[in-house]
Amino acid sequence: MNLLKKFLFELQEITNLIIFAFLGLFKSPRYLKEIIRQMDLIGVGSLPIVLLTGFFTGGVLILQTYPTLVHYGAQAEAGRAVATSLIRELGPVLSALMVSGRIGSAISAELGAMVVSQQIDAMRALGTDPNRKLVAPRIIALILMLPLLTVAADVFGLLGGGIVAKNLYGLDYNLFITSVRNGITTEDILGGIIKPLFFGLIIGSVSCYKGLSTTDGTVGVGRSTTSAVVLSSIVVIIFDFFLSRAIQSIFDIKPI
Amino acid sequence: MFSQPTEDAANTAEVTEEELAPTDLEDAVDEPERVVPAIEFRDVHLSFEDNKILDGISFTVRRGETKVILGRSGGGKSTTIRLILGLLKPDSGQILIDGEDITEYSEIEMMTVRAKIGMVFQEGALFDSLSVYDNVAYRLHEQGVAESEVETEVRRMLKFVDLEDAIDKMPAELSGGMRRRVGIARALVGDPQIVLFDEPTAGLDPPTARTICELAIKLRDLEDVSSIFVTHEMKNLEYLSSEYATVDENGEVVFEMEGEKICLINTEIVMLKEGKIIFTGKDEEFAATDDPYILKFVRGK
Repeated sequence: MNLLKKFLFELQEITNLIIFAFLGLFKSPRYLKEIIRQMDLIGVGSLPIVLLTGFFTGGVLILQTYPTLVHYGAQAEAGRAVATSLIRELGPVLSALMVSGRIGSAISAELGAMVVSQQIDAMRALGTDPNRKLVAPRIIALILMLPLLTVAADVFGLLGGGIVAKNLYGLDYNLFITSVRNGITTEDILGGIIKPLFFGLIIGSVSCYKGLSTTDGTVGVGRSTTSAVVLSSIVVIIFDFFLSRAIQSIFDIKPI
Repeated sequence: MFSQPTEDAANTAEVTEEELAPTDLEDAVDEPERVVPAIEFRDVHLSFEDNKILDGISFTVRRGETKVILGRSGGGKSTTIRLILGLLKPDSGQILIDGEDITEYSEIEMMTVRAKIGMVFQEGALFDSLSVYDNVAYRLHEQGVAESEVETEVRRMLKFVDLEDAIDKMPAELSGGMRRRVGIARALVGDPQIVLFDEPTAGLDPPTARTICELAIKLRDLEDVSSIFVTHEMKNLEYLSSEYATVDENGEVVFEMEGEKICLINTEIVMLKEGKIIFTGKDEEFAATDDPYILKFVRGK
């Protein structure tokens, strides 16, 4: 019972955090500069790791599926295999996981340290709502940047897949590209961009909540950082399933 | 108001009739002391789970008065201050600021109340990512005040705490005492009529601690600020309750000892023990008490 109560309480608090953060957007002062600073930190800052992740994921997909495709005589469809799994699933989820590791931890550690050193109290005492000044810019930056990062990861994944297919299995680039273009639909691309919007919201709100609810000094900062990353990763993966199902039915995507 | 301290600003215990809220006037006939206080606690209770932090606290801070809240660590001193700012909400009881009941105020309503209050945090609580200038200017930047005005105000405040040279430094480059003083400068921007000090001298060397107390005395005697000074150091109490600030013929602020003079230093002591008030009164009464808990607190054994 206690666990359920705790879960419901946290859910309520996170929902409140999101609502207050967004309601604050309609009032001045608006923290545009802060949003742009966060977009730089989150988006540009995470680009290298997301690109690397995408590149090697695309590569390993071809590495593992190509022999199977050869078995069925469908090696010309290698591009399609990489493209659908990357764009629909792996691109959004892996980017979200990488960002939750890199940014989720940073957000909750920064906010946690501010709580512990009374900077959040000081901010409230000086008449600023931390939800608007700290939470909203981070969540918005994540929502805006995660889809862009995902697209970049997808492109690099396809590049990685193409390079591996050409160099290890001798598949012609043209064949690969044609099969990619035949394999993906507008719905896939849209779905692959809608998902990270939600993932950004999840990572931002969970990390901010965990950071702001830090207690027990520096030990608490460590604890909230860990739980921010773990919780946001798990929620991303669980949400991914339901989002995928929703996108399937909304766009009426049928088995290929 | 900080630029032109006046001699007669000291000892401002009298409150004129205009300061009485109309609703309180009727009560005031029977209780002449009941003028609208800057801060008032009415039977405030607060507990975290099973742990009682405050157990029926009632006290008032009159205008221009400094209340020194004494007590052991964990005795609810800092909690009292957090309640005034609405950073915490009491379980029961009422808290009034300038006669306005803020107990049920939402976070947004609290923002207007907080504008009247300056708060000095234990360790300064400066924003690490901002320079001293930006820290002090924080409130003005948030209000969108023009940069030229902001700079004048920040320099005036840093002059008040004697830290003009540190204007471009980052908080990490400052010593503990300097951080506290920047914290005070930041709290005083906008000339709040209520200033709360949360153990502002903890961990500081005696001369720096003295400087902080002098700032509090100046605020009380020359600026007519109502304040709460939370501490557990007896030396602070001695400074605050036995000295007053005045302006000499050269226009310099000087601190004089109360000594044997009949003078109403506007400071009272509130002693907390396990969430209850066990003493309220002047320093002379405090010194004369035979309460074993207070005696132990004063002597340390």
